[in-house]
Amino acid sequence: MSPSSRRPRSTARDIERYAGLFAQRTQVMKSSAMRDLMALTEREDVISLAGGMPDTSTFPADSYASLMSRVAAQSCARALQYGPTDGLAVAKDCIVQVMAAEGMDVDVDEVLVTTGAQQAIDLVCKTLLDPGDVVVTEAPTYPGAVPTFSAYQADVVQVTMDRDGLRTCELTELLDRLEADGRRPKFIYTVPSFHNPAGVTMSAERREELVRIAGERELLILEDNPYGLLRYEGEALPPLRSLDEEFVIYAGTFSKILSPGVRLGWAVAPAPVLAKMNIGKQSSDLCSSSISQYFVSAYFESGAWEDYVRSLIEIYRLRRDVMLDALAEHFPREATWTHPRGGLFIWATLPDYIDTTDLLARALQEHVAFVPGRAAYVDGRGGSEMRLNFSGVGEDEIREGVHRIGAVVREQVALYGTLTGRVQPAPPAVGSAAGRAGSLSGSSPSEAPPASSELAKVLRLPRKRAG
Amino acid sequence: MSFVAVLKGGRSLERQVSLRSGARVQDALERLGHRVVAIDAGGDLVGQLTQARPDVAFVALHGRDGEDGTVQELLDLLGIPYTGSRVSACMRAADKVLAKHAMVDHGIPTPDFFAFNETAFQTLGAAQALPALEERLEFPIVVKPASQGSALGIKFARVPDDVPAALLAAFSYDRKVLLERYIPGRDLAVSILEEDGQPRALPIVEAIPVEEDFYDFEARYEIGRTRFVCPAELEPAVAERAGQLALDVYRMLGCAAFARVDLMLERERSELFVLEANVVPGLTETSLLPQAADAAGISFDELIERILRSALPAG
Repeated sequence: MSPSSRRPRSTARDIERYAGLFAQRTQVMKSSAMRDLMALTEREDVISLAGGMPDTSTFPADSYASLMSRVAAQSCARALQYGPTDGLAVAKDCIVQVMAAEGMDVDVDEVLVTTGAQQAIDLVCKTLLDPGDVVVTEAPTYPGAVPTFSAYQADVVQVTMDRDGLRTCELTELLDRLEADGRRPKFIYTVPSFHNPAGVTMSAERREELVRIAGERELLILEDNPYGLLRYEGEALPPLRSLDEEFVIYAGTFSKILSPGVRLGWAVAPAPVLAKMNIGKQSSDLCSSSISQYFVSAYFESGAWEDYVRSLIEIYRLRRDVMLDALAEHFPREATWTHPRGGLFIWATLPDYIDTTDLLARALQEHVAFVPGRAAYVDGRGGSEMRLNFSGVGEDEIREGVHRIGAVVREQVALYGTLTGRVQPAPPAVGSAAGRAGSLSGSSPSEAPPASSELAKVLRLPRKRAG
Repeated sequence: MSFVAVLKGGRSLERQVSLRSGARVQDALERLGHRVVAIDAGGDLVGQLTQARPDVAFVALHGRDGEDGTVQELLDLLGIPYTGSRVSACMRAADKVLAKHAMVDHGIPTPDFFAFNETAFQTLGAAQALPALEERLEFPIVVKPASQGSALGIKFARVPDDVPAALLAAFSYDRKVLLERYIPGRDLAVSILEEDGQPRALPIVEAIPVEEDFYDFEARYEIGRTRFVCPAELEPAVAERAGQLALDVYRMLGCAAFARVDLMLERERSELFVLEANVVPGLTETSLLPQAADAAGISFDELIERILRSALPAG
C-alpha cells in the first residue's frame, strides 16, 4: 500500500471512543516520559549498558547455516507444521539435558515447551491469578515480569534482598501480615541464581528455607532460572525445583545459552498445574514454533551446546571482571554495587539524593545508558539504583561506558555538596573500593584493582550493540 | 502542491514524541497531495536538506534543537522557508526563565520564581541564599530545568530539605534551573493558530488528573492517569481572559503560525497564571493542539495545511 492511500489516522474523538473500549488492565502503564527516555538508549551513538541481551555475535554463522540446512533436509514438512501444545519430543529431549546439567532429573512428561520463559511466567499468571491476588517478588525484581503481573491485575508485594538473596525472615513476616488480613499469595516469583537485575544469588540455606516456607504454607514458588548455567565462580547451588517438586514451578529458557531469537523456553510444574498451563497455552498460541524446536534439536544433536555455553562463560566472565574493575576505578566512594557470580547484570546503588532516571537523561548527553532502578520496583522505590549489563557490549565499551557514567555520578555528588553547602565536592575516587554499605553489595576492597591508564582512552563512536 | 521536508526525531529527550508528531504530519501532508520527504534531524541534517532542496521545511521537532531556534537558524542560513516561529521567538520561549522575565516585564501574570545557573552554586555559594529564596516563594516549590519540555526533571519540593535533590535532578537536564511558586488549581492549555495572519485562541483544553495527586508530575502527563476535557468547563469570563493572556504571550514572544500556552487557574481566587509557551507543541494523536483544533471544527489535515501555508511565501 502506498503511503498516500493510508487511511487517515484517528482524531482525538476517535481516541476517546476507543479508550472507552480498553480493558481496565490496560491502564496499568509505565510513565510515558520514562518509556521515551528508555527508547533513546537504543540510539546508535550510545554505549548501552541498559540492554539485557546476550551476545549472539559469537554463534558461528556456518553452524547456523548447516543446522538450518539439516532441519530443511530432514524435517521440512514437520518443521513447517503445527506441533503439539506441550512441545515436540525432540525439543523436550534437549530440555531434559539442560535440566540435568542444572542438577535436575525430569521426565519429558513434566515439561511444557513455551515461547520463551516469558510465556511460562504469563501462563503461570493465567493459571493462578484472579484480579487482586497477591504475588510476592523480590525487591528489585525482573522488570519484564512486572507488566505480566500487572496485566493479570495482581497485587505485587516485594520483599527485599541482601547478598544471600531474598530475605526469608521478611518474607515470613509479610506472609503473617497477609494472613492476618485473610490474604494468601498465589505464588512467590524468584530468580534465585544470578538475579536480574540485582546480580545476587540466593544462598543454599535461604533456598532450603524458602521451599520449607512454601511447603508449610502450601504456596507455589515460580523459580525463574534463565542464567543458571552462566556461572563464573563459586559452586553450583541446587535449584529450588531440585529441593521440592510439590510447590515449585520452574521456568527455563534457551535464550541465554543459545539464542533469544529461537523464542523457546519451558516450564516444569506439578502435574495439575502443568495441565492447566497447557490449556492456557492452547488459547495463547496453540504451540511454540516447530522450526525453532527442530533447530534446537539439530543443535543439541550436533553435540556443541555445552562447549558453546563454556565459551559464553569465558566471554561474560571477562566482561564482568572488566565492569567490576571499571566500577572500582570510576564510581565515587559513595556508590556500592553487587558482585555477581554469574548472569548478565550488576546492580549499583548511589547516594539517595541522586535520582537515576534524571541521571540517565544526563548520561545520555554523554552517550551512555543504563536502566534506572525504579523499573524494577512496583512502588516507586529504587530511585537511586541502576542496572548495568555486561553481556551485550565488548570490553572496551564497558570500560568507556562505566567511565562516563562514573563521571556524571561524581559530578552529581560534587554538585549536591555545593547545593547543600554541607558536603565538600568529593575528590576523584580513583581506585576506590566497592561494597561497603549497600545491602546487596558483594564486592570487597581487596577486589579493587589498580588504576589503568588504558581506561582513559576514548572510544570511537558510533558503536552498535553486539548482536 | 509543495515539496515538503518534515523534520522529526532529533536528539532531544522528546525524540519519541517528535517521531510520532512527524509521522502524523507526514501522513496528513501526503493526503493533502504534497510531495514529502521525512528527515530524522541527526548529524546529516544539513546534507540531507541540501540534497533534497525542499520548497519548505515542516518543523515537527520538540525540545532541544527543534524548539530552541537551532534548527530554525540553520534553515534561515540555507534559505529554506519553514513552519512556525522564527529564531528569536524560539529562543525566548524555549528558555522558561527568559520567557517568564519577559512576561513579568509586560505585566503578564506568571508564578513568582527565581532561577539559577549551576555556576551560582559552584562558584558563588548560592546554597547560602536558598533559605531566603524559600522564604520568598513559600512551599511547596516546583523545581524545573529551564529548557525541558516534557515532565522529565520537574520536581516538587515540599520542605526545605527537598530542595537540593530537586535542584540536582533539574540540573541533570540543564545548566539553568527554575524554582517557581506552586499554583494549586486547574491545568489549562490554550492553543493558538493563525488565521489569515491573525493569531486566534482555540478552545481551551483542561488536563484533569484521574487520581488527585498534585505532586506527581509524571502522572499528570500520563495517558490513562490524566483526562483531557475540551472545551474546558470554565466561566466565560475566565475562558476569555485565558485566551487573551495566551494571545498576549504569543505576541509578546513574537511567535508565528501556531503555539500552545500553558496556564494555571488558581483554585482559591480564580486567578490565571501563565507557565510557559511551546512553539512546536505536540501533534500526536493525543496532543493538545490537535484536540483544540478538532473542538474548533478544524480537522488535523486542515490544521497541517494552514500551518504549512503560513510558511510559504505569499502568492
